[in-house]
Amino acid sequence: MTKLLSTEQMAEFANSGCLFFEGLIDEDINREFLNDIGHTNIDQVDNIQQYFQNIKSSSSIPRIPAGTPLKDAYPLNSPLEKIFKNEIVSGAINSLVGSKTLVDHQFLHLTFPSKYYEKANQRQMSQVNHQDSTIDPRTTFDIQLFYFPTAVTKEMGGTRYHPGTHLRIVNEMGIAKYQNIKGQKNIVCKAGTIGIFHNGLWHGAGVNFSDDIRYMFKVRLQPTEKQELLWDPEKKYQPLPNRALYWTDENKDQTINDILMRSYPWQEADTNRLDKINVVKFWRLLTGHKNMDVDYWLTRIENELY
Amino acid sequence: MTKRQKVLVLYLKFPSLEAEVISWATFDGTGKKLHMTGDSDEPPYPTGLDALLDGWRLFQASQAIPEHPGQEFRTSYLKHEFFFEKIEEGDF
Repeated sequence: MTKLLSTEQMAEFANSGCLFFEGLIDEDINREFLNDIGHTNIDQVDNIQQYFQNIKSSSSIPRIPAGTPLKDAYPLNSPLEKIFKNEIVSGAINSLVGSKTLVDHQFLHLTFPSKYYEKANQRQMSQVNHQDSTIDPRTTFDIQLFYFPTAVTKEMGGTRYHPGTHLRIVNEMGIAKYQNIKGQKNIVCKAGTIGIFHNGLWHGAGVNFSDDIRYMFKVRLQPTEKQELLWDPEKKYQPLPNRALYWTDENKDQTINDILMRSYPWQEADTNRLDKINVVKFWRLLTGHKNMDVDYWLTRIENELY
Repeated sequence: MTKRQKVLVLYLKFPSLEAEVISWATFDGTGKKLHMTGDSDEPPYPTGLDALLDGWRLFQASQAIPEHPGQEFRTSYLKHEFFFEKIEEGDF
């Protein structure tokens, strides 16, 4: 069984580029995953490379050739197979990239605490902001699914991310010079939380000031089919009619269009309007309604009479 | 006594120093403070003008570049970038 995303959740993803499912995976599976990778106290770890090698040699996390169907990727009854079988996880994946999705790559990110860097006499720095992979001007999108097997506290420096940046086309670390961006978020979550990012979302790892190792397991998934109404196979979604602009009716209920048109504090006054236009274009692709609009952003400039 | 440069980069909401700061970075050549990504959620100044009022000297600002024909709706890097400096004297 899968539980597909709601239209509200899809609109949230289209606008912010991310979705979170707090504490979704149960404690038994989280413990199983941690046991499987040989999670230990930082005092038992002499160096990062050796710890990685131990995990790679003894855990059930397989080597997955790029392009392998997700359904064939993980050993039966392994913790990761159970996570991907979860009805909400599989429903979200099916809604965004379809049921025939392929694994691009996976990685277990480890962020070591200050204690380790002090012992190793190394400078402890956060990871710079970046967009994964390379310049990606497609309208098709991949997702990156994040799994947090332990709780992540504020001091653990959970993944920093910038909602609403996913449709900005940049070249990987070309955004590294932005040390801080207004409205930046850090993931603070319960054990078993699942996050899903659009492949374009700007992000980076924070510094781990706690005494424990922080883990984040990531899988990048690629669609093999058009990402149109995958969450709404009965095609129930219908665009809303135009509403009054600027001289507005404040008594109206919040709608899908309010989710789609949400602004962020880091957006420039001018480019913010282009960000909205790009969200509407993205929503047109996701819904298959090629001429739909929100707040006249595209209708206005598509009214070309010559 | 030697001189060291501190650099402050502000990204503003629109291309005028009176605009609100939306992103920022600091690089301290005196070595007194190590700045890094994600180290503050609040900008050091509300606007570019406030940085000038606090003694920062502007030495570079981004140009206004018209959007490429056919690419008018492509969004990318933050647009309104301003580099400031302060020179500090001391025994470093």
